[in-house]
Amino acid sequence: MIRSLAIAGLAAGALALTVSAAREASALPPPFINDAAILGEVQLDGEVREMPRTLAEYGFFLDAAGRVPDARLIPYELNTPLWSDGAEKLRFVYVPEGKQVKADGEGLLQFPVGTAIIKTFAFGEGEDQRYIETRLLLHRADGWLALPYRWNDDQTEATLALAGARLPITTPAGEDISYRIPNKNQCKSCHSLDGEVIPIGPKARNLSPDLLQRLAGDGRLDTAPKVSHALPRWTDAGADNATLARAYLDVNCAHCHRPGGGASNSGLDLRWEQDDPFAIGVRKPPVAAGRGAGGFLVSIEPGAPERSILVHRMDSNEPGVAMPELGRSSIDHKAIAVMREWIEGMDR
Amino acid sequence: MIRLTIAALALASAAPLLAETHVVSPGEGAQERLQEALILAEPGDEIVLEAGRYVLTDGLSLDVDGVTVRGSGMDGTVLDFTTQAGSGEGLLVTSDNVTLRDFALENPKGDGIKSKGADNIVYYRIRVTWTNGPDAGNGAYGIYPVESTGVLIDGAKVAGASDAGIYVGQSNRITVRNSIAEANVAGIEIENSRNALVEHNIATRNTGGILVFDLPGLPVMGGGNVIVANNLVVANDTPNFAPPGNIVAGVRRGTGIMVMANDKVLIENNIIDENPTAPIMVIAYTLGFDDERYNPFPREVVVGENLYGRGGDDPQLEGAEMLLAAFGGALPPVLWDGLGSIYAVEGTQGWSLNLTEQGKGLGGANPSPLMAQPPVSEFDRSGIGAPAELDERIG
Repeated sequence: MIRSLAIAGLAAGALALTVSAAREASALPPPFINDAAILGEVQLDGEVREMPRTLAEYGFFLDAAGRVPDARLIPYELNTPLWSDGAEKLRFVYVPEGKQVKADGEGLLQFPVGTAIIKTFAFGEGEDQRYIETRLLLHRADGWLALPYRWNDDQTEATLALAGARLPITTPAGEDISYRIPNKNQCKSCHSLDGEVIPIGPKARNLSPDLLQRLAGDGRLDTAPKVSHALPRWTDAGADNATLARAYLDVNCAHCHRPGGGASNSGLDLRWEQDDPFAIGVRKPPVAAGRGAGGFLVSIEPGAPERSILVHRMDSNEPGVAMPELGRSSIDHKAIAVMREWIEGMDR
Repeated sequence: MIRLTIAALALASAAPLLAETHVVSPGEGAQERLQEALILAEPGDEIVLEAGRYVLTDGLSLDVDGVTVRGSGMDGTVLDFTTQAGSGEGLLVTSDNVTLRDFALENPKGDGIKSKGADNIVYYRIRVTWTNGPDAGNGAYGIYPVESTGVLIDGAKVAGASDAGIYVGQSNRITVRNSIAEANVAGIEIENSRNALVEHNIATRNTGGILVFDLPGLPVMGGGNVIVANNLVVANDTPNFAPPGNIVAGVRRGTGIMVMANDKVLIENNIIDENPTAPIMVIAYTLGFDDERYNPFPREVVVGENLYGRGGDDPQLEGAEMLLAAFGGALPPVLWDGLGSIYAVEGTQGWSLNLTEQGKGLGGANPSPLMAQPPVSEFDRSGIGAPAELDERIG
């Protein structure tokens, strides 16, 4: 891809040489969001830079430490977020000037080409907060591209970490872990449907109605979608366990465990909208779980969380057993408590 | 300008001219260097893994079409996952037209190599070994292509898998040949797949040698058109070490070739010796199910000429002593549960449980010698096996 683009770029000659290339060459972050970097159209020394080497090249943040977002970044939160060792996540979406996001019912918002979704993973409180990595999803003409950027120790620069990395982290729960920054392919392991990279989080049903209203009011979203069955706020103590459990499974598991997802061959479908009990694992035998099954016969045995493979795999840290396979190095005890109560309460 | 564009088009379309070789060596930073090579490779490229031992801490993945990953031999290049801390497999392939050849994986924590939705994949001289022998703590599958069309596995060697050594699932157009599956629970398993050819393999010291299954409740159903021929299926006598709950945990120690709930399976010209429960077993799916697409019965299974040695002399079956006494010290080579349909060439010795209902266990068993008709027509071999063009890649 890089080479063919480079050749095409050469053939097109100077036509595509833009001001951004000149700016690209300087070490300073550009003073505006670099749409060419998002689109993969930056040229440097006659070569297309498909994957910018630093986060600063995109110009999303006004400072080198990435603390001050450009005014055109839209911060957002998810009702129920993906759990990643308890990391704090700072989420932004950037939609280029003049483009509009389209709603697709309660599902994933349809972002135009040129969109960037920016997610920074941080650990530590207040002054001590440290950025670990920033993951980007870039919507290009040929589809979405997922790239991980790793922050340096001085917290002054985040650089492309194609192969990912491991580093020691103390989680908010006080656990010392080997934190995994995913490699580029591992981004795709979760962000993939029918082989195409897609965003996961920003579904209308998992976003606040206020945000949707505001974006629609600004014209940045075509319409505020009507959501009849929103995901609960994970921090809401009032929500019932069945709802919380299903929301957690949708967000943490269903990007793979769904038709067209990475774990489709298991036949387990953990999407929020799936209402067939067998499909979500009730009395469903495993297919290729191997020792991950832990000696249990079904994914969910009603009334018996202690004999349910689903709980067993969430409660393990061992590769080959632990689920999800990627994105965590510690155990989400709160989620397991919710799962246990939910399964406990099912009719035997 | 126009000339340049034409030149660029010509270059861009002739991908092989641009194909590159990326050489990776073992040692410091192997995890990152190897993973980067897998990410940055482009269609047609080859990644060469120099000889040596690569100590890896995480799973690797390949998502670029048309890449060849080549080591310097299944004993020369070893990807060592003993200290793996993450991922569900050693290597995950999700792109098409990939060739994997001449390297080994040792002690992956989950599966060895999984390829999912990866059409036209070749595994050539790949070894996956759990070095501590049979152990319930070993990973599940050694070589694990799933949901793919076009799978060629040739010259592979897999040992120690706690489920299946070579497992092909929910796929179509498959060849598994010239491979050795040793000391796994299931040696070679073809599951929910069509048009599979399993030939010239050695399956030994597994719990069960070669298994052909169809299971309910999966996205891809309706396995069938399978040929199991010219294999050496010998001394599959390792006690079942699968974690309970897995479907293969129910496989009896000493099963040679087993067909369960599959359509049109031909078993011929195999040498089947020293499989103490049953050299050949043809049965219906044993559990209950709730899937109207599913047919739990074996249909039109053809037992052709095979060479049967010792077997059926220490069966892990209820009432084994009585059975052995009734059949004169050893059970005949072919065990059928009496459900579905089976053909056997003249002279085939066998016995039937004469079950009358699926999923009721052995309670209704009423054993008697097998009375199977000879095959009524030539087995239809068309379209069975991997597409021929996959052979060219290992020529």
